[in-house]
Amino acid sequence: MEKLKKKIRSFSFWNWVIASIIFRLILIYFPKNLNLCSRPEVSTPLTSFRRLAEGYWLKQSSMSPYAGSMYHGSPLLLSLLGPLTVKRIEGQPNHLLYSLVSVIADVVSAMLIRATGQNLQVAYFGTLKSLDLVKQIELSEVHSSGDVAALIYLCNPFTIVACVGLSTSPIENMAVILCLYGACSRLVPLAAFGWVIATHLSLYPAILIIPVHLSFVLAICDLLLGYGPDAPPRKLFLQRHQQKGLSSQSKLPPGFSWGSIIHFAFWALLWSVYVLVLCGISLKQFGGLWEMFKSTYGFILTVEDLSPNVGVLWYFFAEVFEFFRNFFLIVFHVNILFMILPLAIRLHHRPCYLAFVYVAICSMLKSYPSVGDSALYLGLLGWFVNELSDMQFSLFLFCGYVGVSLLSPVMHNLWIWRGTGNANFYFATAMVYACLQIVLVVEGVSAMLNHDRKLRSLILDKPRDAKS
Amino acid sequence: MALLRRPLLLLLIVTHQFLQLWIAFGSVNEEGQKQEEFYEELLLKPLPDRKVLTHFHFQSSAPPTSNGRHHHLFPKAISQLVQKFRVKEMELSFTQGRWNYESWGGFDSIPSSNAKPPGVELWAVFDVPQHLIDPLWKNLTHTLSGLFCASINFLESSTAYSAPEWSFPLASGSLRYGTLPREAVCTENITPWLKLLPCRDKAGISTLLDRPSIYRGFYHSQRLHLTSTGSGSEGMDLGIMLEQTLTVVLQPISQRASLVRDSEKHIQPSWSLSSIFGKQVSGKCVLAETSNVYLLLDRGLVAELKQLHKENEKSIENSLTSENFWTNPSFELSAKPDRIFIEECSLLSKNSSVLYKFEVEKYSEFEPFDLGITWKIPIVWLCQQAPLHASRFLTGSGNERGAIAISLKSTQTTEGFMGAHSNDERCELRVDVFQVVPWYVKVYFHSLQVFVDQQPKAVSDIIEKIHISPSKDKVSPGVMELVLKLPCSMSSTALTIEFDKGFLHIDEYPPDANQGFDIPSAIVSFPNFHASMVFLESDSLNKSPLLSKFQEWSHVMSYTEVLLVPLTTPDFSMPYNVITITCTVFALYFGSLLNALRRRVAEEERFLKDKSAKKTGQLPLLLSKLSAKLRGRRSEPPHSSPVSSSFINSKLVFKVILIAGLAVCWQYYFL
Repeated sequence: MEKLKKKIRSFSFWNWVIASIIFRLILIYFPKNLNLCSRPEVSTPLTSFRRLAEGYWLKQSSMSPYAGSMYHGSPLLLSLLGPLTVKRIEGQPNHLLYSLVSVIADVVSAMLIRATGQNLQVAYFGTLKSLDLVKQIELSEVHSSGDVAALIYLCNPFTIVACVGLSTSPIENMAVILCLYGACSRLVPLAAFGWVIATHLSLYPAILIIPVHLSFVLAICDLLLGYGPDAPPRKLFLQRHQQKGLSSQSKLPPGFSWGSIIHFAFWALLWSVYVLVLCGISLKQFGGLWEMFKSTYGFILTVEDLSPNVGVLWYFFAEVFEFFRNFFLIVFHVNILFMILPLAIRLHHRPCYLAFVYVAICSMLKSYPSVGDSALYLGLLGWFVNELSDMQFSLFLFCGYVGVSLLSPVMHNLWIWRGTGNANFYFATAMVYACLQIVLVVEGVSAMLNHDRKLRSLILDKPRDAKS
Repeated sequence: MALLRRPLLLLLIVTHQFLQLWIAFGSVNEEGQKQEEFYEELLLKPLPDRKVLTHFHFQSSAPPTSNGRHHHLFPKAISQLVQKFRVKEMELSFTQGRWNYESWGGFDSIPSSNAKPPGVELWAVFDVPQHLIDPLWKNLTHTLSGLFCASINFLESSTAYSAPEWSFPLASGSLRYGTLPREAVCTENITPWLKLLPCRDKAGISTLLDRPSIYRGFYHSQRLHLTSTGSGSEGMDLGIMLEQTLTVVLQPISQRASLVRDSEKHIQPSWSLSSIFGKQVSGKCVLAETSNVYLLLDRGLVAELKQLHKENEKSIENSLTSENFWTNPSFELSAKPDRIFIEECSLLSKNSSVLYKFEVEKYSEFEPFDLGITWKIPIVWLCQQAPLHASRFLTGSGNERGAIAISLKSTQTTEGFMGAHSNDERCELRVDVFQVVPWYVKVYFHSLQVFVDQQPKAVSDIIEKIHISPSKDKVSPGVMELVLKLPCSMSSTALTIEFDKGFLHIDEYPPDANQGFDIPSAIVSFPNFHASMVFLESDSLNKSPLLSKFQEWSHVMSYTEVLLVPLTTPDFSMPYNVITITCTVFALYFGSLLNALRRRVAEEERFLKDKSAKKTGQLPLLLSKLSAKLRGRRSEPPHSSPVSSSFINSKLVFKVILIAGLAVCWQYYFL
């Protein structure tokens, strides 16, 4: 019976995957890709396809791709994807090859999400088993979180739009997911590679180093105790063991091991040197690495481009007084850094969830956000369907996301194309979008903490129940 | 008597001495061939669309001397400027209106060197090493803006000027080029310009410059071109040639407008200097070497006249050039020309233009010079056009993106060129395009497309050379220089290039932001064609700078329209609202997330309390109670007796002292 159920589930899963791929291909064959390519929600100055093509053109005409303020991406992306911007097949849409690459990147990311999710699920059950809580949580409610997450990622309109809109965010997302997959599967070189590439492409994933480390540290525990990368706090285990009357203190491994960190650091260093050398080679005859840093990371950190996007910083910096600019730049970036430590302390036992929160915060506060970033954290959210099942405001959030994604193009049209609205209209939708993300993150974090509390209360109450 | 005689004697002596000095000075000048010279000339030309082109040409030159900074005729301000900024060549023009290339012609040397883009255009070549050029340019713009009462200083910012590589054949690298398309030109600009003339507008031809009548014109371009020669090293001053021209296109007011009969409607309006300027010339400026007025009948007009007279079976050659020219059957001149020049036939056209020369020095205050022309029969002709008619426009709608299109259409001149090269199979027409775009128009150079006769062509087939320096945000404008090789048989070519419209900071918008932003004119030049008029009997022309200017072998050039790009504007009235609302959202994020992280449910609190109570006793208990109070929850009943208030005070005092100490340290060390 259960096998049959599983079969049906997996069958429908592959159906959905194929359907989403076909849907993408249909959209690609629309003329001019529905102009998604130039939507501000899809292509930011960092991920825009046209800017990539411009950078490639400049490089081909033996100029630095960073001459002018057009291209701000990585030189590696330019060498890999650049040729696809000009290659055309007769009778096919203009950028078919490039679109296919994004579709493949999306599918690969979905598969990695699925593998990681299954990994997490196994760990989740392992945890429950080790805490003897399997009976308390009814199994019928448990969803296969890997499948759910992969399907959310694949069928999310945001992902589809980012993929069809020829932005580079599917590739950036793939690097982030690769990093998390590597961390959860305890493949140190892969995790380091994903982390280095993701950081190189969009800088913000740099803070994922903390969850990745935590997951390695926990992985050591895992070997000894048999629980996975995402687990309730260790205190619970301690309490549990105490109740069992075991002298668990000796059995529990040290929480912090330098070995794995050094291992990771070594690989990260190796990969970053490798990436830098490759960049240096491809930019040898131009300005070199310093120019690259200035026009990629410098561009991200100083918010030079004030063209509208779904974030809030563009309008803020278009309006703020020049002499406050540096102050606010620091404040906004520190806002991201400031939350790293509290979150890491409170959620250190759940590195994957921590990674999700970090990704969500980054995509909310980054200087040039796009819907592709939202697609990533919404996909990752699928991993925690079971844990977050009693999250508040989920309907409200869902409606909010739908509303914003419908209103934002309307407001943009009113402002830019018709000239009847003004910038405040569009900014208001960006504001609402930011608020929604804030509510999602805050509610998500508190729901996860509540879940842990629930587990704890179950453990604490069980003996009493048994007594009574 | 004696009293009277002494002053007389003195006067005599003084006069004598003066005379001696004068003679000595004159002889020195003649010996050294070093003399400052000034020429004033005026060219008048009837235009096909019932308008008159008047072109004032003043030239002063200072030879290289070693006698310091003393000048007789040459304006001191200019020579100081040249010395200080090491200017090799410079051109500054103030223009209002647009030269109508279709009806006023685009091939002669007047349109190709005097038709300028609207607003201010400035380019300068410096005689210094590369790294010194930019500071010199900045200083030069400030000096010129002071000198001409114009906002040329806006060209100082690096976003406003560019360094073209090939478009100006003079000097690559050391040339800087900048335009201000929206600069308004008015009398405040012409007054300082006239100040540079030795006679100002008090005598000579420049007396004609009556402000109301020249600013009433359809096109008005005031230009200043200076060239310095010589090494300028070791105390030797540079030789400087200053050329000031004023080109005005005026509509003569027809005196008999009300009385015109239908048959006379097509007759060109008759005009005279006094009718178009309201003034007459009463003699030359005494400081000028020569002072001439020319009347130019261009090739098309002469050909048309010939045609008319052939029908009347009269020899035009005679009637136009012979002594009785003013009783010409088609027009009548009110003054007798001193000389008549006929242009040498060129390759491109069989017709030649005719130039009448009038010497102003023959006239005096009592007998002022007033040249007039009266047309007798209706005549229609065309001016010679530029090889390709260049125009530029924007495509696309909305404020997000658009495209610039430059269209080149062939004219009758191209057909002539084609005829000349018809036996040549691979006939190609070379066209240079120079285009500057401001940084907020973000051009995608990879989107450059070429259409020849509406058919898309591979860019590499048409574009022979391309030089691009992409724009950097808030640093430099984008420069595009193209060398096109067009097939002669084409009738139209279009270049399109896409752009995104930038979004600016509110401080960067000009006061009237919704008016839009200007993209300066593109320069289209035709190196295959040379705008020169060589006149027969040219031996005596050396004296006339205007005619020698005509003979110069220069490229045909034309400017395209200035484009107006509307950019999106943010709400200018809302900076405070935006700042406060955004900061509120950030505070919401920070506060609520931190709150979610540090919130503990009652059970955990109790657990902690138990633990702390066991460990340290009263103090943490109190703190937890306080915090519970602050959070507005009912605090747990105290396990122990309340602590004395003095303890709280001491704690509080300690905290206050700590903070005060920190503040003092901060004050002391960091500020």
